[in-house]
Amino acid sequence: MNFIPPDFAPASSEIFMLIMVCVVMLADLSAGENRRYVAYLLTQITLVGCTILTFISFSTETTQTFSGMFVDDTMADILKLMVYGTVSAVLIYSYAYISDRGMLKGEFFSLVLFATLGMMVMISASHFLTLYIGLELLSLSLYALVALRRESVIATEAAMKFFVLGALASGFLLYGMSMVYGATGTLHISQLAQIIQSEASSKEVLVVGLVFIVAGISFKLSAAPFHMWAPDVYQGAPTAVTLFIGSAPKFAAFGFVMRLLIEGMGEMVADWQGMLVILAVMSMAVGNIAAIAQSNIKRMLAYSTISHMGFLLLGFISADSNGYSSALFYVIAYVLMTLGTFAMIMLLCRTGFEAENIEDFKGLNKRNPWYAFITLILMFSLAGIPPMIGFYAKLAVLQAVVNAGFIWLAVIAVLFSLIGAFYYLRIIKLMYFDEPETDEPIASNSEVKILLSANGFAVLALGIFPQALMGLSLYAIQNSM
Amino acid sequence: MSFEFPLLSLIIWLPIVFGVAVFVTGDDRNAHLARWISLAGSILGLLVAIPLYTSFDTTTSTMQFVENHIWFERFNVNYHVGVDGISMPLILLNCFITPLVVGAGWEVIKERVSQYMGAFLVMSGIVNGVFASLDAMLFYVFWEASLIPMFLIIGIWGGPNRVYAAIKFFLYTLLGSLLMLIAFIYLYQTSGGSFSIQDYHQLAIPMTPQVLIFVAFLLAFAVKVPMWPVHTWLPDAHVEAPTGGSVVLAAILLKLGGYGFLRFSLPIVPDASHYLSGMMIALSLIAVVYIGLIALMQADMKKLIAYSSVAHMGFVTLGFFLFNSYGVEGAMVQMISHGFISGAMFLCVGVLYDRLHSRQIVDYGGVVNKMPTFAAFFMLFAMANAGLPGTSGFVGEFMVIMGSIKLNFWYAFLAATTLIFGAAYTLWMYKRVIFGAIANPGVEGLKDISKREFALLAILAISVLWIGVYPYPLTDVMHTTIDHLLIHLNSSKL
Repeated sequence: MNFIPPDFAPASSEIFMLIMVCVVMLADLSAGENRRYVAYLLTQITLVGCTILTFISFSTETTQTFSGMFVDDTMADILKLMVYGTVSAVLIYSYAYISDRGMLKGEFFSLVLFATLGMMVMISASHFLTLYIGLELLSLSLYALVALRRESVIATEAAMKFFVLGALASGFLLYGMSMVYGATGTLHISQLAQIIQSEASSKEVLVVGLVFIVAGISFKLSAAPFHMWAPDVYQGAPTAVTLFIGSAPKFAAFGFVMRLLIEGMGEMVADWQGMLVILAVMSMAVGNIAAIAQSNIKRMLAYSTISHMGFLLLGFISADSNGYSSALFYVIAYVLMTLGTFAMIMLLCRTGFEAENIEDFKGLNKRNPWYAFITLILMFSLAGIPPMIGFYAKLAVLQAVVNAGFIWLAVIAVLFSLIGAFYYLRIIKLMYFDEPETDEPIASNSEVKILLSANGFAVLALGIFPQALMGLSLYAIQNSM
Repeated sequence: MSFEFPLLSLIIWLPIVFGVAVFVTGDDRNAHLARWISLAGSILGLLVAIPLYTSFDTTTSTMQFVENHIWFERFNVNYHVGVDGISMPLILLNCFITPLVVGAGWEVIKERVSQYMGAFLVMSGIVNGVFASLDAMLFYVFWEASLIPMFLIIGIWGGPNRVYAAIKFFLYTLLGSLLMLIAFIYLYQTSGGSFSIQDYHQLAIPMTPQVLIFVAFLLAFAVKVPMWPVHTWLPDAHVEAPTGGSVVLAAILLKLGGYGFLRFSLPIVPDASHYLSGMMIALSLIAVVYIGLIALMQADMKKLIAYSSVAHMGFVTLGFFLFNSYGVEGAMVQMISHGFISGAMFLCVGVLYDRLHSRQIVDYGGVVNKMPTFAAFFMLFAMANAGLPGTSGFVGEFMVIMGSIKLNFWYAFLAATTLIFGAAYTLWMYKRVIFGAIANPGVEGLKDISKREFALLAILAISVLWIGVYPYPLTDVMHTTIDHLLIHLNSSKL
């Protein structure tokens, strides 16, 4: 029996990432206390390297490798490129924050890179085990990141909560996968689809498995009623980590849903469609209504995330490439807005002062009109007001929902987004209508200033010219289905 | 008629570019510069709009000055703009009001001048975009975007209760517009993937969806007009807004709702419009009569004018749903005339407010002794508001009453009560503020209007009289379009 080595090329960026994580850890050990930036620079170099490798291996065709456990297609490449860019932006935004708070350590960067690797594996998985490994690699790194400030009680509590609930969700997921395996006898996502189509499996067992899988997915997406961890974790984690949790993993979660539900169990659309409708409506209700009562900005944004995830799920309901591409567009828009918003919060933090309350935005227009303007754009975008990108994301999803014949669902969605508009308006009110409580200038280094300006500008400009991003989303989905 | 030069784009984007330029001047050390740039921008905006009138072809109802480019292909949305006899006068009105608003805030606004002036210019451009859009999505984007500057204007420069008013204004209007968005998406699906408003005009729709679409549109437009019973945001917004904000709100933003009925509700769902016209007429008459009575009881001048706006806009919606040319044309004239009169009334209140910082009627009395010129202007506008023949207020109301008497005597009877109520609340307020003995010590120290204020009021006075005496140039441009609209309206789409 001769051994045929697998084709490593489609996984080149993952392999490079893994090597570089080790390099970052070793380099940080030898660099010593005063040269922590070495790890930072190496991390950024890693991300650039991965970007180049992904570009080189960019394919318009679907390639499977490692006995069909790993897949490289257009959607995977595009999602990964988004992940690199997001992680890189997260690190630039966080640098000042973490160095002020003694978190500028090799652990931070290697954990971020491990998490990134987990996301990449999730995005490229075509086998339940690969998917699960990617998910656990991401989750474990995130638990550790949340707990990185050992002396902070609230962070430790958040990490515990995150870990316990996360483990439970992983258990759900594994249980569901085992049911599906029992019914179909395969863990390969592409084979699974064929077996379900041929109706050679027990439908009852499959549906039970599907319920557990959907529950696991909802937890990872923080969709209600599996959202309980999100507010505590968002609030308890250091803001830099919240920024990370709130941004890049959403791409991975999107890939996760696409691989599991659409590619694997797309034939069972009649079964999961109803579940997603309930999850979406509940998420929009819980997220938008609970957000009104929050005075902690991070907690408020956690609820806002929950409501946005509800909107995102709407995109999947129509079960066609039109809907999926709307959902992808929604994720991209959402991550862009979240990045900017949390970056603004970190900017308001100073040494020894955590900007936590929405009151900290008071009078920002007087303190710094430019940052206030960027926040204004971000808030209107989150509220879905044109011409910001958030509006087109909502438009695309609503169009898919109406197309699928769920007009009542679209009406519910817009009514909840009306409620949602209120708490975004409240931030604008604080910034523009109220007087500042402190006249301390907002310190920021030039990278953050440029990146944040570009971020805010992108939210506006991609709204005025949405075609490029919409076309990209459609291309990614159509080329991979 | 082909017109190669992108005139409409210039009219839309020139104020926005100037607005951004004003923002860039920064903080109040450059306030002087900001004022002059915005004045230049607004006057330039008016000048470039003049060819719209002079080269307008009044013999056709097709869209003119059309520009059509692909905006984003994913949903087949086009940057498609053009004007007809309905939108052209409204664009001119907007371009005309903007320099007045800049003038009204000239010395009064001392804080964050660049943001104030910039917001008005940007809004002026956006509103032009709303009137000129022939693509539903483009329309929607402009429509919603117009909320942002107004929200900030009320919230930053408004009175003591400004936050409440600003948020109420925003959420009320957003509620209506979101349902309109669903209607657009539905129409996009049924038309086979088009957002073109003109395609929608030709689209056959069964009755039940027609009614639902009508209701969705109604919520959006009724909130903007505002019609009874969704008018309650308007008095709050008006009272708290700075003078310029009130002027734009009354003169321009309310017209967006009226325009929406003419461009969307009536031609896209004509059968539902006929079917529900009884309800619409009833709501309009309630606005005319009941809100007129409410206006009578107001102690706050701005609130009084705000309620009077609701009553006058009731005439507009009444005219639309009479489905005859007197009614619709009269409603259009009423919209334009209300733009001048309400703008002028708010400016007059602003003049008083700038001096005594009170809007309460009881704080005045005997103003004529100290401000005779002002009193004369105020008299003219008050008469116009009451619908005195010879002023623009009379023309529109008279036409609508003529239109309604054709349909039903009692409609006309109820509508005509406005001539009594309008005269009652306006003139009674006028009497208490202007005439009588000087009752308050503040009035003693009043100075008559400055040259700047004189110029603003004089321009408006000329407009009010001109339309009152010779409305032909206005009715001429809209006549063909409205005739065409009525023919379209009276043919079923079922």
